[in-house]
Amino acid sequence: MQKYIIKRFLMMIATILIIATLTFVLMHLIPGSPFEGERTTNPTIQANLEKFYKLDEPLHVQYLSYLKSIVTFDFGPSIKKPNESVNDLLARGFPISFELGMVTILVALLSGIILGTIAALRHNGLIDYFAMTFAVIGISVPNFVLATLLIQQLAVTWDLLPAATWSSPLHMVLPVIALATGPTAIIARLTRSSMLEVLTQDYIKMARAKGLSPVRIIIRHALRNALMPVVTILGTMLAGILTGTFVIERIFAIPGMGKYFVESINNRDYPVIMGTTVFYSAFLVFMLFIVDIVYGLLDPRIKLHRKEGDA
Amino acid sequence: MNEHQLDHAKEQIKERVDEVDKSLPVGTSGVQKNRKKSKKVRSDVKVLQVNNLQVSFRTYGGEVEAVRGVSFDLHQGETLAIVGESGCGKSVTSNAIMGLIPKPAGIIKNGRVLFKGKELTNMSKPQLRKIQGVDISMIFQDPMTALNPTLTIGEQLTEGLRTHKKVSKQDAKQKAIEMLELVGIPNPTERLKQFPHQFSGGMRQRIVIAIALICEPELLIADEPTTALDVTIQAQILELFEEIQQKTDISIILITHDLGVVAKIADRIAVMYAGKIVEIGDKRAIFYTPEHPYTKGLLNSVPRLDLVEEELQPIEGTPPDLFSPPQGCPFTARCPYAMEVCDHVYPSTTTKSDTHAVDCWLQDERAKVLQELS
Ligand SMILES: Nc1ncnc2c1ncn2[C@@H]1O[C@H](COP(=O)(O)OP(=O)(O)OP(=O)(O)O)[C@@H](O)[C@H]1O
Ligand code: SF4
Ligand SMILES: [Mg+2]
Repeated sequence: MQKYIIKRFLMMIATILIIATLTFVLMHLIPGSPFEGERTTNPTIQANLEKFYKLDEPLHVQYLSYLKSIVTFDFGPSIKKPNESVNDLLARGFPISFELGMVTILVALLSGIILGTIAALRHNGLIDYFAMTFAVIGISVPNFVLATLLIQQLAVTWDLLPAATWSSPLHMVLPVIALATGPTAIIARLTRSSMLEVLTQDYIKMARAKGLSPVRIIIRHALRNALMPVVTILGTMLAGILTGTFVIERIFAIPGMGKYFVESINNRDYPVIMGTTVFYSAFLVFMLFIVDIVYGLLDPRIKLHRKEGDA
Repeated sequence: MNEHQLDHAKEQIKERVDEVDKSLPVGTSGVQKNRKKSKKVRSDVKVLQVNNLQVSFRTYGGEVEAVRGVSFDLHQGETLAIVGESGCGKSVTSNAIMGLIPKPAGIIKNGRVLFKGKELTNMSKPQLRKIQGVDISMIFQDPMTALNPTLTIGEQLTEGLRTHKKVSKQDAKQKAIEMLELVGIPNPTERLKQFPHQFSGGMRQRIVIAIALICEPELLIADEPTTALDVTIQAQILELFEEIQQKTDISIILITHDLGVVAKIADRIAVMYAGKIVEIGDKRAIFYTPEHPYTKGLLNSVPRLDLVEEELQPIEGTPPDLFSPPQGCPFTARCPYAMEVCDHVYPSTTTKSDTHAVDCWLQDERAKVLQELS
């Protein structure tokens, strides 16, 4: 186990390094610079600015100092908002994005699993058809379309819920629905199909032959096995939700990282781009690591350490 | 076919059976033990009575009549083997007894299953659960899939006990260790914490047996418990069954394709064909004086280790389609003795002795007269 964690940790570092390098290369491939706005800046001032932000140095030197900033986790000040450091932006925006993302994934997992399980238990019944119709719609409607519809119907027309910002739990409802519907649908479908398969397994028959209650059979014997595929896709799903938050935050005017991230790219605000990208990829890689650990805990056949059991 | 030929056939089968007995993989000791056992007095207590059980499945292709009127009794401490070709309804019969017919596709159309006088077929599910796993237990064919891969052996052993009998965690664990010892698993205390994939197939089947026996049931239904195992392990598992039966006086329904297994541990044998029991009787009666042509055919198709050169005689043809089972004797199409009447009317049951019964027109007095004439 320990060995596995160390190995995974080294791989995480390597992954982050690769992402960081790619970001750096891509960033410098996009034409333009932080100082090319609509107002043409005086060339001298521009040169001075570039010097100040060390943008005049050769690329490999920039790359090295960039790597150093990653290691020390100090990306310096933003170019567009010089009185704020990248770390300030992260500290302000990330908790909000994190909250949105986590609430979304929890809602998606909970409702998806429950929906999928009920659909499987009522296989070919009314609830099953209803749930699967919902799932198909949920998967095919993009979250920004859903977001706009929700705002228009529930916030504007019916005035039931607040349409924007992030100031109370009530404000969370619409963005979370918009963001969670797709993942919920995917999880529900996956849970249903794997549940249907698990329910035909001999060990379920055996559990019934033991005279266990149906609830116990579903929760203890079926669900745990049926959730394996769900855990497998959780990693990619997290990545999807993470990028989804950027879009949803823009639509609902939520002051999370999304706003800064999109702005920073438009503005070629190099330190912010690099800082947020590296931070997000580190976060995602770490979440994938956790998913793997959870997978190993759920399924004892997956050995986290390489030693073979006496099979 | 005349009387002489028939006698000749019987003679042949008799010889065969003796050879089968001798050629059992377990060796002579097991057979001798067995011989002793089959002489034991039959208990008067009827643990299970199955009366005219009929089970169907609704499928897209129509209704499959899987079990079409099965009746038998099972006495305390007795082992009844149910044999027959694939698809003849052995598993469906045992699942019906156990209350495990998958709803809504499967329907018990008719018949009664009485466990110690209590009617099981119309019991509510919660009532039934008080019997499942406690009074009646079941062992499945494939030990590789019968255990839940994500739960430890200990959890799977104790959960039945903890659900049905109010025992403490510690006592349940103790009992689980005892059970693992009983079925011959070394280091039971450590083994409890392990998962199924850490055991071999034979070990897993022992664990499945331990799970089935932990609540001390009175009836054990074993659906091909050794089919998936290799011969040596098979013999060990069968010996385990005998040992357990001697210790606990449990009644066993054993479903199998393997007449070698039957010869070893059964007291009585029910031969099933196309959803019906066509012949039932003591092991000796079935092996030495089989009456039903299908039973004879089965005995002729037994592979034997001692006579390699001689050809097996598989029964020609296939069983009838259970979507529209024939009115008459279902064996007509394959039966070398088939008569006109067989095709139209199902034969009534002829009692040969108080334990031996057979459904075949050959038993009819008129058929006997006919044969003599020809
Ligand atoms: N769930 C089901 N749905 C539809 N038909 C079924 C179902 N279960 C069993 N049957 C049918 O019932 C018949 C008897 O099946 P059963 O499983 O009892 O055979 P078996 O004697 O146990 O055979 P085997 O030796 O192969 O296990 C078969 O024709 C089978 O197709
Ligand atoms: S009833 Fe007729 S067809 Fe059926 S087994 Fe007897 S002789 Fe053969
Ligand atoms: Mg079967």
